[in-house]
Amino acid sequence: MDRAAIIGIGMTKVESRKLDKTFADMAFEAVRKALDDAGMTIADIDNVITTSNDFWDGRTISCMAVGDASGASDKNISCVEGDGTFGAFYGLARTLSGSYGTTLVTGHSKGSQSVSSLITNAAFDPIYNRTLGADMITACAMQSNAYMARTGTTPEQLARVSVKNHGNAMMNENAHLGMKLTVKDVLGSEMIADPLHRLDCSPVSDGCCAIIIADEKRAKKSKKKPVWIKGVGMCADAYFLGDRDLSRSESLVKAARTAYKMAGISDPGKEIDLAEVYDAFSYQELMWLEGLGICADADAGKQLEKGSFDIPGRLPVNASGGLMGGHAVIAAGLYRIAEVVRQIRGEAGAYQAKKADTGLAHGVNGLAGQSHCVWILGKDR
Amino acid sequence: MAEKEYIVIESGEAAQPFDYAVGMHGSKFFTELRDNKKLMGVRCPKCKMVYIPPRGVCGPCFEEMKDFVEVGPGGVIGTYTILRFAFIDPETGQQKPVPYGYGFIKLDGADTLFQHYIDIVDEKKIKVGARVEAVFADERKGTIRDILYFRVID
Ligand SMILES: [Zn+2]
Repeated sequence: MDRAAIIGIGMTKVESRKLDKTFADMAFEAVRKALDDAGMTIADIDNVITTSNDFWDGRTISCMAVGDASGASDKNISCVEGDGTFGAFYGLARTLSGSYGTTLVTGHSKGSQSVSSLITNAAFDPIYNRTLGADMITACAMQSNAYMARTGTTPEQLARVSVKNHGNAMMNENAHLGMKLTVKDVLGSEMIADPLHRLDCSPVSDGCCAIIIADEKRAKKSKKKPVWIKGVGMCADAYFLGDRDLSRSESLVKAARTAYKMAGISDPGKEIDLAEVYDAFSYQELMWLEGLGICADADAGKQLEKGSFDIPGRLPVNASGGLMGGHAVIAAGLYRIAEVVRQIRGEAGAYQAKKADTGLAHGVNGLAGQSHCVWILGKDR
Repeated sequence: MAEKEYIVIESGEAAQPFDYAVGMHGSKFFTELRDNKKLMGVRCPKCKMVYIPPRGVCGPCFEEMKDFVEVGPGGVIGTYTILRFAFIDPETGQQKPVPYGYGFIKLDGADTLFQHYIDIVDEKKIKVGARVEAVFADERKGTIRDILYFRVID
């Protein structure tokens, strides 16, 4: 495969409610930051991919409404509906096609402007499921019970994910929900849907993230050392939740295998230095780490308790605070990529991992992790 | 200094009504449910998996499915949750009274799980693997709410 790299990242601060900003304002801010980061101007961008969701944005063809603010005037612009990592996957494919030397990818969402349970309820099948009123939290609570029943993972282990990630978020200036918590605090917080307490759930936030992908020739001209894309994989599970074994994530296993094969990784638990995974709910961090093969099935909770995933641990997971620290839906996976880029460049400040040569970023879209996208990024070409 | 004023535009009562066609498989499912209190699944001719709700294609085999089979009305809880936080009910636009049970039921004779409410009159009995049966509405209209809920019968 031809090589491609990430040469610029731009993140707005993730906030609970950006009353002072429109979607376009957020996009403009993130894109300008990414251009500054890459030492480029908008004239250096060959094409643009925006990522958004029409229901969350409350308008049809939502992605096109941010074209101007994303610098797409006179350029080829296309859109992806899904997580930001899916938009980046498309952006990578465009770059590798040889038609574009650089691709700007953005992802945005404002959870504050709508009723999130109605938006995620609308993801259910309108004929058989939707009118029963389930939403993302209901689906994920059921997945959590299925996962815990099968693996023996405990509510305390779930709570520890929340404690770790909310704690890490205190060091990240882009997060809005950094908190010093104890396991007791999490288990004592209001039960939303068994077994998920309020503090087992990430918030629904506002934010936009932008990255710039370049082919090898253009990457060599970038201001900072490029972060190389070593492998990517993407896979989706069945749509009806009842068709799936909710306690496992087959599609994540397949997406990860594809990415590892491309990156030449045979033992992910040893060869990956840090990971940013989609912790929309506490149990998901553990379940995804097992699906990613970073630890053995049913072992993530125990590894977490040993401190393996803390910043000083064997393999820091969500050192940035992850989604627990701020969850701009759609943009969230792109933030994970940008955070891994920061780590590999050594720019993560107070939450910098000791060793960060190879990092994994993970994005999710669909109910209870229907589809997954896995990125392996590296310091060396 | 004057306090900042943030201006927002409200969408108000805006709504987007849809009429969703249920297809041939949905028609079979909802008429059997309404007229005979029967739950119909459909079997894949190749892998023999029985799907509920019924649909036209087996995804893994990419084969057409037309072989309807009755499943349930008994089964076991595959997984569940108890909702304790009031969400807005999309049917009514009002907050649904909490708590209530929700789950995936492995109906007898089916290979996939069926999503519906679970009666939580005795919360201690709500477990993965607990035996349940469907409770049907007296007046049925051909919607998923013709099943009221599943109740534990252990
Ligand atoms: Zn089949």
